[in-house]
Amino acid sequence: MSDRKVETNQVGLTRSDYRGERSTLCPGCGHNTISVQIISACYEMNIDPHRIVKFSGIGCSSKSPTYFLSQSFGFNGLHGRMPSMALGAAFADTDMKVLGVSGDGDTASIGLGQFKHLVRRNLPMVYIVENNGVYGLTKGQFSATAERGLELKYQGENPFLPIDIAKEALIGNASFVARSFAGDPKQVRELLKAAFSHRGTAVLDIISPCVSFNNREDTLHSYQWGRQHEAPLHDISYVPTRRAIILDEFDEGQTKEVTLHDGSIVVLKKLEHDYDPTDKWQALKILEQAEKERWLVTGLIYVDPDQPTLYDYLDLTEKPLNRMTNSELRPSPGSLKEINQSMV
Amino acid sequence: MDKDIESTDKNHYQKDSIINDFCMTICTVNGSGSATANSTLLRALFHMGIPVSGKNIFPSNIKGLPTWFSIRVSKDGYLARVAHDDIIVQMNPMTFEEDLKFNISGGVVFYADHIDMEIDRDDVIVYPMPVKDLIEQADVPRNLREYMQNMVYVGIVSQILGIKLDVIHQVLLDQFKKKTSVAESNFAVVKLAADWAKDNLEKKDKYHVEQMPPLEGYIMSDGNTAGALGAIYGGFQFCGWYPITPASSLAESLNTFAPKLRKDPETGKNNFAIVQAEDELASIGMAVGAGWAGLRALTSTSGPGISLMTEYMSLAYFAEVPVVVWDVQRVGPSTGLPTRTGQSDLILNYYLGHGDTRQLIIIPSTVTECFEFGWKAFDFADQFQTPVIILSDLDLGMNLWMTKAFEYPDKPIDRGKILWEEDLEAFGKEWGRYLDVDGDGIPYRTVMGNSHENAAYFARGTGHDEYGNYSEDPEVWRRNLDRIKMKIDNARDILPEPIIQENQGARIGLIGMGSTEPAILEAQDKLLEQGISTDFMRIRALPLSDKVKEFIKSHDRNYVIELNRDGQLHEILNIDYCDQSDRLISLSYIDGLPMPADYIIQSVSEKEQN
Repeated sequence: MSDRKVETNQVGLTRSDYRGERSTLCPGCGHNTISVQIISACYEMNIDPHRIVKFSGIGCSSKSPTYFLSQSFGFNGLHGRMPSMALGAAFADTDMKVLGVSGDGDTASIGLGQFKHLVRRNLPMVYIVENNGVYGLTKGQFSATAERGLELKYQGENPFLPIDIAKEALIGNASFVARSFAGDPKQVRELLKAAFSHRGTAVLDIISPCVSFNNREDTLHSYQWGRQHEAPLHDISYVPTRRAIILDEFDEGQTKEVTLHDGSIVVLKKLEHDYDPTDKWQALKILEQAEKERWLVTGLIYVDPDQPTLYDYLDLTEKPLNRMTNSELRPSPGSLKEINQSMV
Repeated sequence: MDKDIESTDKNHYQKDSIINDFCMTICTVNGSGSATANSTLLRALFHMGIPVSGKNIFPSNIKGLPTWFSIRVSKDGYLARVAHDDIIVQMNPMTFEEDLKFNISGGVVFYADHIDMEIDRDDVIVYPMPVKDLIEQADVPRNLREYMQNMVYVGIVSQILGIKLDVIHQVLLDQFKKKTSVAESNFAVVKLAADWAKDNLEKKDKYHVEQMPPLEGYIMSDGNTAGALGAIYGGFQFCGWYPITPASSLAESLNTFAPKLRKDPETGKNNFAIVQAEDELASIGMAVGAGWAGLRALTSTSGPGISLMTEYMSLAYFAEVPVVVWDVQRVGPSTGLPTRTGQSDLILNYYLGHGDTRQLIIIPSTVTECFEFGWKAFDFADQFQTPVIILSDLDLGMNLWMTKAFEYPDKPIDRGKILWEEDLEAFGKEWGRYLDVDGDGIPYRTVMGNSHENAAYFARGTGHDEYGNYSEDPEVWRRNLDRIKMKIDNARDILPEPIIQENQGARIGLIGMGSTEPAILEAQDKLLEQGISTDFMRIRALPLSDKVKEFIKSHDRNYVIELNRDGQLHEILNIDYCDQSDRLISLSYIDGLPMPADYIIQSVSEKEQN
């Protein structure tokens, strides 16, 4: 087998160049599946890992960025406050892909404010919420996305209605909202690719079961519930620009296409219902209906590829700010003289 | 215009004439538009070459509550607040009686004559001002009358004291910039009022203003504008901020000046970004993110914001992220007195963060030093890869001061130990993000976008080894934290040294920081007149320079003067130099107002007599 060729992608990297440290999360944790799909998506999209920067908050999910893309810079920030850190850092080189990984404890409680302001500003970044309804690292307390009536071993019964992250994102004017399920890795991967191609904040609320504290078959964040109740809005395929020809493979009339900012195309194959992810009203309705009827609705819920981003408002130079030379940073002595003269 | 002055000349040489040495407080209603009138008077005095300072004492209110503007004119150059008034200009019926109590015997009261109030003092000279009548006569649009009536007192006060009307005219033109017609209609009111005073008021008081040689090399500015300009000349690239009194005008000044000064010359695009955050939790998060990514990043806030920033500051300290934080102090605890000044955040900032932290603090005393520290802070932050807090206060930040012109940075921007692709290639030594290669505790850092195969690392607030890898190893933890301590300790010799003013043979030391400097300098002179000779050391940074200890040791008694309840600087000196504690005496209080020299003079002379 010594002459076996190691497969590389178009930037000359192998799949293992996208890997990270060995995961220290529990075996079977949904987050590990998501990490694998992040690796696959980035490898298949031929993204140079040096052009990706990773951020996370605090919690099990937020530990995961060390388990993929070890050649990428990353910063593990504070509980619920990764969005602000990612925003500040993103300005250093606005061409880089920004990937944030958070959890429901991180995003839906202390992080709710920063989350809503992130989507409102539409900072170009992929924002993943690995959502399991429970605090794992502190051993099994309810999170804000836990359903009413959920019983946990040491907590009793949850009396409160849950926060729906996808709904919060939509109401917060997010430009890209998707929901997926760690038990549906293909969909996770295709949505990730679409998210990386979106110019704006792409929110991925991924139900990612916690095998240690919240995986009973009758609970909404468990593998079994997900497998039995997942209701995909469509069968999603991501088509990079140069492979547009592949579109012929899809039956006309049975698909809907959304062209993203970089020219890539998301092909949504019709399943049971006609669903238009550019219609926000329909998006809100489907989330409301899914909650009432207890389906796990997944897929690309809403997208607006043309919504202006934070960068558009600030009239930024295109050169990476963090590579500016000293002479570009300090105004001339003459300009200070003028300021002094204006202050007498 | 000179003729106007001549008419008062006969009084100039009375025996008890007081020339260029008085405090005048203008009492108005908040929101009535007096700010322009007050700064016109202040700037006109400055233009006449007379050292002057202005302090706006204002309520936490937009409209309706009383506000005071004190102008101190001092031929000797004293800029501190004085606790009494020689002259009161009274436009506010609400505070009439109370304000009168601050007037010294022999002082002057100008008052709007529509205020129906008895003046029950016969030891002050009273000039009624027919504000409403004069504004009726003036050609002023009805909707601007309330604002422009303030120009009536500008005219009358100028006429009686001898402030030149042509200077007032010029200042108005400067202040209104392109709106010449607005400047002219304001000046018409000033002139009308001055003419009325010339014809109807006989000068009976002893206060005079006289032209002095020009104040070469001085400008008028506030500390927040200066701090923002300093940041711009220090190459700031990112500011995340959240509005809070008294810090808002710092970030707002960035918004004013950066678009003019920091555009890419070729494309005309901005080479900086300013983002108003949702709160201080986010503004510091943004600044830390940007600092980590290699941008010169800052945020500006006040005490309550610092409280919210604490956790990120702890992370930035431990993950070794350069970032600059301005704390323009107000009065706490809690919301406290949000529009008043103090120095109560010193200990909070020095120890800011959970766990073992110690932050770098620099403390400007003058507006021009706000500019200087504004740019230097970025160099210190990059050099030591740690947050730098600039401790200003409301008095320095928001009041207009006569100050030395801003000096262009005397050294190039120092980005510290940062490695790009070619630097890593040529590094020649083993590199790890937290590896102390040079033995000074400061490692080399790389930033995102660096495509060298070894450049990337994962920054974290959790325990990490020299290569940034997660570690709970006791040895690793201890080694890392000790290295950071060494790094911070080494900053003592690099941060701004204390400034020492010596009188030969003095055995008494005065120690202070920040905006109390004018009061201490004035007190030094006046104590010397009483035969008490003092040296003055102004501390400009924490951790303390070794020179601080030398100064303390070389004086029998050191009075540590500060504007907070507990004597926080005194406490820090006692911790660092517990062997010197019997030489350290705390002089501290806080009431919201800037410190007057009298407090120091009285306290020191009382203690020295005992």
